[in-house]
Amino acid sequence: MITVTVRFFAGHRDIVGRAEAQYTLTEGTTLGQLWEQLIAEYPRLAGYTGRLLFAVNQQFAQPATVLSDGDEVAFIPPVSGGRSDDV
Amino acid sequence: MIEPFVITTEPLDPAPLVAAVQTPDDGAVVTFSGVVRNQFGGRPTAFLVYEAYAEMAVPVLRQIADEARARWPIGRVCVHHRVGRLEIGETAVLVVVAAPHRDAAFAAAAYIMDRIKEIAPIWKQEHWADGTAEWRE
Repeated sequence: MITVTVRFFAGHRDIVGRAEAQYTLTEGTTLGQLWEQLIAEYPRLAGYTGRLLFAVNQQFAQPATVLSDGDEVAFIPPVSGGRSDDV
Repeated sequence: MIEPFVITTEPLDPAPLVAAVQTPDDGAVVTFSGVVRNQFGGRPTAFLVYEAYAEMAVPVLRQIADEARARWPIGRVCVHHRVGRLEIGETAVLVVVAAPHRDAAFAAAAYIMDRIKEIAPIWKQEHWADGTAEWRE
């Protein structure tokens, strides 16, 4: 088994109710699988599927990325509106 | 010594950044200031709260500057982004780009700001004048 830390920001933190959490996972678990597990735990996160960025250890990563023990994972909700009329 | 890429709770001042990026090779320094407005889509805003994944945002800002440098002949770049509660009229972000010529400086500053809004892990929570709040996403 491996243990990873998940950081929650902005709307995700509001849904989850905390800024970070530890998850113990089977070896070979991917980022995408962890996201599915989080959705099962917090169904309101499901609306973010397909419009978030993934990061492992402060680097952008892909859903297929396999997690390692001690990784810091962040599921990054859409940032700052993202529209050019916003600023 | 001005750090080029910074996430800070302190008020932002463009003057030290302009001084920091300019070298004798540069004929242009472009400063973009992103400022908190009093409304969005006609709905009155009371104030904004910005939040960042700071340990990741700083390297992402550096990466974005490198992307701009690969596209245009520019010199030094500074990007400072504020977090925490910001009042109407306060500066949320400064993008300062020096270059030998203005076309590259303008283009790079616009590109950097667009990319910040695409990928930098920095979020904005709008606090409306009616007392409600929502993350802009």
